Amino acid sequence: MRRLIYIVPAGVFVLIAGFFLAGLYLKPAEIPTVLVDKPVPEFDLPALDARTQGLASSDLSGAVSVVNVFASWCLPCRVEHPLLMELSKAGTINLYGINYKNKPDDARGWLDELGDPFQRIGADLDGRVGIDLGVYGVPETFFIGRDGRIKYKHIGPITVEDMERRIRPLIEKLNQ
Amino acid sequence: MRTFLATLLFVCAVLSMTPATAFEIDQPLDDPALEQRARDLSRSFRCLVCQNQSIFDSDASLAIDLRRVVRERIVAGDSDAQVEQFLVARYGDYVLLKPPLKPKTYLLWFGPLLIGALAVMGVFAYFRGQRARAATPAPLSADERARLDALLEDESDT
Repeated sequence: MRRLIYIVPAGVFVLIAGFFLAGLYLKPAEIPTVLVDKPVPEFDLPALDARTQGLASSDLSGAVSVVNVFASWCLPCRVEHPLLMELSKAGTINLYGINYKNKPDDARGWLDELGDPFQRIGADLDGRVGIDLGVYGVPETFFIGRDGRIKYKHIGPITVEDMERRIRPLIEKLNQ
Repeated sequence: MRTFLATLLFVCAVLSMTPATAFEIDQPLDDPALEQRARDLSRSFRCLVCQNQSIFDSDASLAIDLRRVVRERIVAGDSDAQVEQFLVARYGDYVLLKPPLKPKTYLLWFGPLLIGALAVMGVFAYFRGQRARAATPAPLSADERARLDALLEDESDT
C-alpha cells in the first residue's frame, strides 16, 4: 500500500509522457477530410478560359479521377507541379484542376510557364466550391473512385515520397 | 531613463489602441439582430488555417469566406444548429471550437473529473492509513523496551 505512493505518480508520468511522445508525431496542421467515402459534393465550375473545359461533379464518376486544387499564388503548388505533369503523362487517371481564388490570366500564365497537366480546369473564383469540398488551403488533391466517391484527400504538396508510398499504390488499387 | 520613458510611452500607446475586429473588412448584414447572431456564431467556429483562432478573430482569407457563408446561411433562414451542421459537414467537428459531447469525446470531457475523483480517493486512502497507524502505535521492539526500562530506572534512582 505504501509503495503505491511511489508507483502511482511514476505511472501517471509515464502515461502522460507517452501521450506527449505520440503527439510529437501527429500533424495538427492536417485536418483529415470528413468527405472520405462520400460522393463528391455537387458543383459546376466554369472553365478557366477558352483553352480548357470547365469542371463539374458529374465529370468525376465512371473513371478514377484526381482533382488538384491549385493557384498560381501558391508556392507549394509549384513544388508539386512536376509530379502532376508526370502523373498526367502516365495516363492512369483523369487529372483535373480546380483553380482556387486565382485570376484566370495569372493561372494561365503559370500553366504556360510550367505546363498544363489538366484535362479540365474549373475556375473557383470566390472559393465557394472549395468550401463545399472542405478545402482549407492549397494545394489539396482529391482522389476519386469510379463510383464518384472521394477516397482520399492529400493535404499540402505531393512529394516524391508521397507519390511512391501512398499515391501510386492508391491509384493502382482504385484502378483495379 | 530616456529609453525607459520611450518604451513606457510606446506601451501606453499600444494599450490604448482599440483592437480592430476582423469583422470590419466584411459587409455587415442590414438587420442588426441577424448581424449579431452571425458574429456570435462566428466566435464558435475555428479558423482552419490559424487553428486556435475563431473565424471571427481571424483575417485569413478562408475565415473571411467562412464568415460570409455564415451570414448567407443566416439570411437563408438557417438556425444556429443548421449553420453549425453546414460547416461540420464540410470540415468535420474540428471546425467547432467547443468539441461536441459524444462517445468519442467522453474521455475528453469527463477525463478531468475522473482524474480529480482518483486524486480525492488517493488522498482519502492516504489519510486513513495515516490515522490507523497513529491510533495503534507499533509495539516497542526488545531494544526499545530495554532502553525505556533503563531510562525509567535512572529516574527512579534520583
